[in-house]
Amino acid sequence: MRILCCVKRVPAPGAKINVSADGQSVETAHLGFTTSPHEECAVEEAIQLAERHDGTVTVLTLGPPEAEEQLRYAASVGAHELVLIPTDGTNWDPQRTALALTKAIVELESGDPFDLVLFGNESADSGGFQVGVRVAHALGRPMVNGIKGIDIEGDQITARRAVDAGFEVYELPRPAVLGVKEGINLPRYPTMKGRLASKKVEMATADVDAEPGGQLMVKLQQPEEQVSKTEILGDSPEAASKVVDLLEELGVL
Amino acid sequence: MTLLVVLEHDRGEMAEASREALTSARDLAAKLDEPLHAVLVGEEAEPLAEEAAKFGAEVVHVASHDLLTDYGPDAWAETVRQLAEELDAVAVMAVGTDRGNEVMAQIAAREDLPFVANCLSVDAGDPWELTRVQWGGSLLEDVTLDADRKLLSIAHHAVVAEPAPEAADGDVEQFEPDLDDEMSVTMVRDRVVLTQGITLSTAPVVVSGGRGVGSADGFAVLDELAELLGGVVGCSRAVTNNGWRPHASQVGQTGTRIAPEIYIATGISGAIQHWVGAMASKKILAINTDPEANMVVKADYAVLADLHKVVPAISEEIRRRRAG
Amino acid sequence: MSEFPSSAKVVVIGAGIVGNCLVGHLADLGWTDLVLIDKGPLPNPGGSTGHASNFIFPVDHNKEMALLGVQSANQYRDLGMSVDSGGIEVARTQERMDELTRRMTSATAWGVEAKLLTPAEVKELVPFINEEVIMGGFYCPTVSVVDSLETGTVMRKKALDKGALQVFANTEVHDIETEDGPNGLPKVTAVVTSQGRIEAEYVVVACGVWSNMVAQMAGATIPLAPAVHQMADVGPMDVLAETNNEIGYPIVRDMDTFCYERQSSGSMEVGSYGHRPILHRPEEIPSNEEAALSPTEMPFTPDDFDEQMEQAIELMDMLGDAEIKYAINGLLSLTPDAMPCLGETVEVRNLWSAAAVWVKEGPGMAQVVAEWMTYGYPRVIDVHASDIARFYEWERGDEHIWARADEHFNKTYGIVHPSEQWETRRQLQTSPYYSRQEALQAEFFEARGWERPQWYNSNADLIERYGLSERQTEWDNRWWSPITMGEHLNLRENCGLVDLSAFQVYELSGPGAVQFAEYLAVNKVDKPVGSSTYTPWLNADGGFHSDLTMMRTAEDTVRIVTGVFDGGRDSFWIRKHMPEDGSVTFTDLTKTTTTLGVWGPNAPKVVGKLTDHDLSQEGSPYGSLRQVELAGIPCTLFRISYVGDTGWEIYTSWDNGPALWDALMEAGQEHGLRPTGGGVYGSSGRVEKGYRLMGAELESEYNPVEAGLARPKVKAADFIGKEAYLKAREAGPAAKMCTFTVEDNTDSQGRKRFMQGGNEPILTASGERIVDSHGRVSVVTTAAPGPSVGKHLLLGYLPVDLAVVGTDLQVMYMNELFPIKVAAVEGSVFDPEDTRLKS
Repeated sequence: MRILCCVKRVPAPGAKINVSADGQSVETAHLGFTTSPHEECAVEEAIQLAERHDGTVTVLTLGPPEAEEQLRYAASVGAHELVLIPTDGTNWDPQRTALALTKAIVELESGDPFDLVLFGNESADSGGFQVGVRVAHALGRPMVNGIKGIDIEGDQITARRAVDAGFEVYELPRPAVLGVKEGINLPRYPTMKGRLASKKVEMATADVDAEPGGQLMVKLQQPEEQVSKTEILGDSPEAASKVVDLLEELGVL
Repeated sequence: MTLLVVLEHDRGEMAEASREALTSARDLAAKLDEPLHAVLVGEEAEPLAEEAAKFGAEVVHVASHDLLTDYGPDAWAETVRQLAEELDAVAVMAVGTDRGNEVMAQIAAREDLPFVANCLSVDAGDPWELTRVQWGGSLLEDVTLDADRKLLSIAHHAVVAEPAPEAADGDVEQFEPDLDDEMSVTMVRDRVVLTQGITLSTAPVVVSGGRGVGSADGFAVLDELAELLGGVVGCSRAVTNNGWRPHASQVGQTGTRIAPEIYIATGISGAIQHWVGAMASKKILAINTDPEANMVVKADYAVLADLHKVVPAISEEIRRRRAG
Repeated sequence: MSEFPSSAKVVVIGAGIVGNCLVGHLADLGWTDLVLIDKGPLPNPGGSTGHASNFIFPVDHNKEMALLGVQSANQYRDLGMSVDSGGIEVARTQERMDELTRRMTSATAWGVEAKLLTPAEVKELVPFINEEVIMGGFYCPTVSVVDSLETGTVMRKKALDKGALQVFANTEVHDIETEDGPNGLPKVTAVVTSQGRIEAEYVVVACGVWSNMVAQMAGATIPLAPAVHQMADVGPMDVLAETNNEIGYPIVRDMDTFCYERQSSGSMEVGSYGHRPILHRPEEIPSNEEAALSPTEMPFTPDDFDEQMEQAIELMDMLGDAEIKYAINGLLSLTPDAMPCLGETVEVRNLWSAAAVWVKEGPGMAQVVAEWMTYGYPRVIDVHASDIARFYEWERGDEHIWARADEHFNKTYGIVHPSEQWETRRQLQTSPYYSRQEALQAEFFEARGWERPQWYNSNADLIERYGLSERQTEWDNRWWSPITMGEHLNLRENCGLVDLSAFQVYELSGPGAVQFAEYLAVNKVDKPVGSSTYTPWLNADGGFHSDLTMMRTAEDTVRIVTGVFDGGRDSFWIRKHMPEDGSVTFTDLTKTTTTLGVWGPNAPKVVGKLTDHDLSQEGSPYGSLRQVELAGIPCTLFRISYVGDTGWEIYTSWDNGPALWDALMEAGQEHGLRPTGGGVYGSSGRVEKGYRLMGAELESEYNPVEAGLARPKVKAADFIGKEAYLKAREAGPAAKMCTFTVEDNTDSQGRKRFMQGGNEPILTASGERIVDSHGRVSVVTTAAPGPSVGKHLLLGYLPVDLAVVGTDLQVMYMNELFPIKVAAVEGSVFDPEDTRLKS
């Protein structure tokens, strides 16, 4: 079984994200980078599935050369093959991104499709909620987003999507595409040996590009600062009544 | 030409998000000077047309087909796409819920049109200028949209749903899309309800204790409250370090990251390590004697008192109300 | 939360381990009206304390660091905030094994229990270690793991409970205001914060990595750089989890890979000082809001850590399969000389620094600063090497801080020789003779930026002349040459020319100059023009602040000459105590005055060739100043000696220096004059005469009575420390300065060994540590060869009952014992009657 995971390199910010002076990007001077959390879970899920079904995991990203770091990270937790679509690091709109990914996937597959392609539900930064759907459509494969459980039996992929009261169950044939949501699993951390081994995994590049789509970023801006003030419910056990009011309001009682 | 709004419902039950969609669509329709149409996918949703009219839908299209008896992104999207085509809609919009965004993305993929997700404001000038959220709301992005048909979703909770000052006609028009059987593959096949196996990472309520709990035995009051709330007990790193609770209960950077509806943090100072694991919680209630504690400063709510007195009082109050 | 106050006695900025302990200690000492602020939340505001590995290895070669480490460990222990985990430094190389014997020596000096272990013994304590890659270990059972955040909370609470303190978290400093003060020293007045402006009499900067940035708001500098120390937490591992303890196994320091493994509950923290130095500017450190973790837990850069991972796995295979759950580029503070920055800043009065302090020495250093603020000097221990006033201007800029921090980082676990020289930022300050010395192949040693010849390779012929040889071990030979012994013997036989341009020369002038000079000095300065006074300066407690020469150069002028290591401290001391009425002017003459020393039996002949002036003891008496032209160059001849042979310090203008050098060298040719380095002047020549050095023999724990520097009478005039000095005279010494001869320096392998003067313990004949009635331990303060007495010589203090000539004792060096004998008490082993000086 061959599984492909598409991941995105995103900054790992704290509670406040600063925008660069030109409004074109996030200020990353002292930020680390990470894999978008949903996609980190997708990689973990792919590895678990590959472990269960004797498969291989390929991880694909589109980003600046530094995105190698995220591919290596995936290798350090068990991914087998790494592919980078290098960009100049500028912002690519969802249509352009999806088209380039599709081209790269077609190239990688050369007629032998991946059994399963996993995306994150949405990226942590731009959050467009569409790249996976577009790629699936272009590849002519079924796609469901928001997945928090995957089982594969024979040619059937059973996917569970979290809704308010539980899960919706989908049954898709192979090959298929799924968008994974955080919570599907607890991603493992790399081991030291995994980290060291990841440096020896070959990294392929796919030089593909596509025309920009119709959504154009003008600038990023910070929302008006919301002063979060802690509401003090009390300074004695008498506050219990207010606490329970709150619990009722939140619907957790 | 029309402005078409996709109404979200689950097997005939109107989603609050749909009211939000209509509320913000009314303004846009007025600005565009276009009639506001809504679409209900699936015939069982027809009774919701009246509600849609209250919120300003001049025409409500009810789409029915064998493949529309339950949700499926392909069938839904194809239905809306065909209707929009038929109406020559200027724009199609939904609310940025999981389903809303998924359906819009599917339409966009089919038409190779841009789709702007999770907008806060829409200025339908030339070109269209929209403001949408990034980073889950931590940043805003201004975009221009160049497309023959504008596809967008409105960020959930960005507007408060309000009925139109005057209810619209809400004429119901039936629509029968032409759907391929292939599209059935992405329909919901089954539903399972979660009843057990609540874990720290999935629990709706997490009651955590820190150094302030004082001992392993001190956790008894937290266990009691968690049980009453159907939640689980977590702890800070100091607690596992002291051997009071197992590592599996540790919330934090090196423990488990949680996102419950409410996180009740008792006797926890809120070290960054811990905060990183807890910050995705929807609401945080801190119970701590120290008003300067990081957890108190960052929490939504706080009780500034000894957890060993407050927590049993909360449990008692819950029991009292349930008995009453 | 209480209202933010508009004024306070003391504002302490920074609620890390230092700031918290400082307010606790200040409250203990009776201070009230304290305000502690931090820009971050409590209890972890996001500084280095929050991610510290929190362990204390109590053994350090440096006295200040060792004693304050032990002091801090005791404070943690007394608060119930520490656990003795034990710790092992393991060696992978023979060089490191040798270093471990040196660690044993320092452990003995400071009274820390320790022993050397075989690889098998290491494995018994740490069963998961790969004993095949190590040669042995240095085990210290009192290595402890502390809870620094909780300690901070407890110390803060102590002050709060006394009603002496208010605390404001999430309060950022925007500015520190000052006003003009007397003698050109501005004084701190207020701190402007995000919560409002607060007037303060004292402001303490305890801001860790941000300290320099905060101090600069007031126009002061705290020379330190934020540097990365990488740390990864890997786990869980059953063998660790099963201990059910924060720490159940000794901490392992893998010294040769500059790495440590420290259990933390079920995980292992692997920390490194082996990666490339990564320095940041304080402005680059993200705010609490911007940081993904905390401001000082910067994003981990795994490429820098890979080599360390391989080494860690080599040492403990189980680490390889454990998950890296948390990894950071943690920030800590590095200074240009690897020592902390404590004390009042030299630029702004009442602005104090308590920075570049790590968790391991935090409580002790906080106590130092609290006592310093209270008494004018710390009582717990002399901290001259940590005194922020030690830095000269050229040591305070970013370029210097960065270069030195960069150079030092990898030496954190390195084997640092007591005479180790810096490679970067050399030639900052050179004497007028530098090019001539280079031509003579001088080996330069650096002292606070000044280049000083230690010996001249052009004198290599003296090795043969005097039958000298290299030392037998590389360690003893490192940073040393037998040439220095040749220069010594030549000086005693003929004469030597010593460049003393690094002397710090100050002048007090004006109507109040003499009276003020008198107030600083123990000995009488108010003597006829042309006289000099060699004198201690004391702190209020009667301990040494300095030891220097003062000269009455004119009716209203006193010249002060002090050593290069003390200039910063001394000039600040002067400016701080100067009368505020403008009656005294302070001038720094260092860069306009150069000094050459000519000593040896032929010195009068050499100098005599250049002048007709009467150079006899009548015409140029000992201790006198004479204005003389040498080869037509106006000079001041100061008859004095720090080497035991007759001669002069010759002062002239910087510009005239080279001509004077040339004239003396030429005149000296027929009299055997050789350029002579610091190996003689500051070392062998001085030690043969038992002359004391500030910072070695003279420290604030000792008084002039003990140092043998008390004169028969006490002058009538008042001076700083007089009251304490009178008491000390009455009480008599608890210890006395002694010179020791090493009776046999052959080690167990038959090699001759040479103590370096690195605090080697002096032990009784039966091997017991020697501690005087004040708790002060006897260690070697200086060691040097005694070429003229044929023995290796040591200086140090002994309790009075042992300070008897002829007493047989031992010295420990590299964990071996060597017999020594008390050869002189207060006096000298070479020419004790000073006949050569008087010739």
